[in-house]
Amino acid sequence: MSKTFPMGGIHPPDTKISAAAAITPLAIPAEVVIPLGQHIGAPAEPIVKAGDKVKAGQLIAETAGFISANIHSSVSGTVKKIDDVADPCGYPKKAVYITVEGDEWAEGIDRSPTLKKEITLDRDAIVEKIKAGGIVGMGGASFPTNVKYMIPEGKTADTLVINGVECEPYLTADHRLMLEHADEMLVGVEILRIALGVEKAVIGIEENKPDAIKLLTERSAEYPGITVESLHMQYPQGAEKQLIKACTGREVPSGKLPIEVGCAVNNVGTAYAVYQMVQKNQPLVERVVTVTGKQVSNPSNFLVRVGTSYAACIEAAGGLPEDTGKVISGGPMMGMAIADLSIPVAKGTSGILMLPKAESVRPEVENCIRCGACVSVCPMGLEPYLLEKFARADKWDQAEQRASMDCMECGCCSYICPSGRPLLDYIRIAKGEINNRRRARASQ
Amino acid sequence: MSTKLTAGLSPHIKSPQSVAKVMWAVSIALIPSFIASVTFFGPRALLVLAVAVLSCVLTEAFIQAFMLKKPITVSDGSAVVTGLLLAFNIPVSIPLWMVAVGGFVAIGIGKMAFGGIGNNPFNPALVGRAFMTTSFAAPMTNWRLPLVFDGSTGATPLGIIENAAQTGMSALQSDLPGYFNMFIGNIGGSLGETSALAILIGGIFLVARGLIDWRTPLFFLGSLAAFTGIFWGIAPESYADPLFHVLAGGAMLGAWFMATDMTTSPMSRKGRIIFAVGAGLLTGIIRLFGAFPGGVSYAILIMNAMVPVIDNHIRPKRFAQGAIHEKA
Repeated sequence: MSKTFPMGGIHPPDTKISAAAAITPLAIPAEVVIPLGQHIGAPAEPIVKAGDKVKAGQLIAETAGFISANIHSSVSGTVKKIDDVADPCGYPKKAVYITVEGDEWAEGIDRSPTLKKEITLDRDAIVEKIKAGGIVGMGGASFPTNVKYMIPEGKTADTLVINGVECEPYLTADHRLMLEHADEMLVGVEILRIALGVEKAVIGIEENKPDAIKLLTERSAEYPGITVESLHMQYPQGAEKQLIKACTGREVPSGKLPIEVGCAVNNVGTAYAVYQMVQKNQPLVERVVTVTGKQVSNPSNFLVRVGTSYAACIEAAGGLPEDTGKVISGGPMMGMAIADLSIPVAKGTSGILMLPKAESVRPEVENCIRCGACVSVCPMGLEPYLLEKFARADKWDQAEQRASMDCMECGCCSYICPSGRPLLDYIRIAKGEINNRRRARASQ
Repeated sequence: MSTKLTAGLSPHIKSPQSVAKVMWAVSIALIPSFIASVTFFGPRALLVLAVAVLSCVLTEAFIQAFMLKKPITVSDGSAVVTGLLLAFNIPVSIPLWMVAVGGFVAIGIGKMAFGGIGNNPFNPALVGRAFMTTSFAAPMTNWRLPLVFDGSTGATPLGIIENAAQTGMSALQSDLPGYFNMFIGNIGGSLGETSALAILIGGIFLVARGLIDWRTPLFFLGSLAAFTGIFWGIAPESYADPLFHVLAGGAMLGAWFMATDMTTSPMSRKGRIIFAVGAGLLTGIIRLFGAFPGGVSYAILIMNAMVPVIDNHIRPKRFAQGAIHEKA
């Protein structure tokens, strides 16, 4: 019996229709729009202005604070302007607009496919380089990677956990990356292992990717610190706390970070980006994006330059199907359905999913029949039906007492509810309100 | 872009489960008991079932259409389930108008008065049955033996042993049916409660579909068997054995189909275990010491009343709960 996390979880249809599509580089567009806030934390400060010539890989905006990340140009060309662009939620965010001219890379960046295994840098130099490269978590949350490797006083790490789970239905970007860049990724894992100062690294992969498990098990044989863990399929296994539990048996307490139990977690895509930066000097300016959907003519995995529009990615996969009701940035369980296809791909964009109209309408909401399904699928052991009730009645104290803040918004409750109740929507409202109240209390 | 897109928050996919699918699956699970009741009690069983279901469905539709002025939702199948379960809990010989009144009370008072589906604290079918037991005491205990025994009036196994403590079990042995007959349902009793086999088939179907928690019937019947087993162990001459108690009366029907009712049982796994154990023990207490020979329906109704308390105090185990306590 393979490992998994013990509590809650669901088994939505896999629908990995793009799993066999090899990664292909997407044509560089005529213009890219590179947002300055592609990560959790403060948006970067631009250091270029309209009219400046930039090369691909050149720094164009610097970190602004402890939790922030550098931004590099993904193309060569001329800065057109610095202006607002919509983020996936529709809010205006500052971005650098660059008109593309050729494809010239900044000096020192090695674009050759030659594998560079030897790791020469020490711990501090690696973390510094990860920071310089603007590398953020590529599994979705986009947390600046270097910050994870600055271990707080009094804590020690002993295990690096690498997330190759890709438990979101439809998405295959990480799967393809593991198959096509296994060696580079493993060097990336070694680099992160050294950066964390630990002996052990575990790569967790779900059983629906037997080819990746086999390949990585073979290739990792030469790295004594790295093991591959085959995990029983269950959503949301890619969630940090669930993955740590599945791979190490440890439980990260409520409100705490993985370091509490001696772990750090990074995605396979992040490990690959770390390899690119540390070994080849290439900052994070491109990523693999799954462009898919049941009615999409060519479900694909594209290597996309950051700043390319969603529309360009969709066009390359055969265009927007006529019957499309939703275009989702990310996966169907945790992604955001966007309204504007001109928005740019960012460092955290793992997929673009098109759902047909019939699947884009929410079911009619019926009375809760107290079936308890939401309670039994919640991987955090919460009571979604009750949190919804509290949120509807503005009972924020009770919502906080019953651990609304532990909710990581995986969506299992809303997915399973036979009455079609928008459970997660109300929990989000409760979380927002609880946060506001905490801030108000703190400022008093 | 000409296409209009729907923007919004996750999740964007939904399990195919719906209230109607849940309720119709429960109806399907009741088919074996339906067949058993008609087989053992004859065509009149069909009439009782039809009147009970019709009464429940029409009551719900009437209240929704004319009193609440809301959309009619009887197609979700929940009133059908209530009707079937009500009929399964009453004897075949009962006058049909009483069945109709029972259905009206079950839905009208047991369900709609509380706000309809999902809001009722008590199992509606059991509310209907409790009303009928107190209002129509004689017809509600006019038990018929199955057709193979000519369908004449006769006591249920629980009725036979009611005075066992005085007369001694051995004196009653000749009157009691064998376990095989009790298992397949060839005994006197309410329409749907007699065939343990039919109930088991339906119950296992619901467990396999993930619609009921297997712990509920297991802990219900287990605690009933344990409780009655203690008395049987001490004084077998005065008390029936635990297997008898599991197979007799409404224990099987109650454990598999009434105590597992989603709306009127606790939300957490631990809560459901407490609920089931409580119902099993109360059934045993009422059977051995109460005024009625059977106690399943009252035991479940009492535990229904305890559900808000259980839900309030028994919370699901949170992720890393042990770790939270260590740190605290």
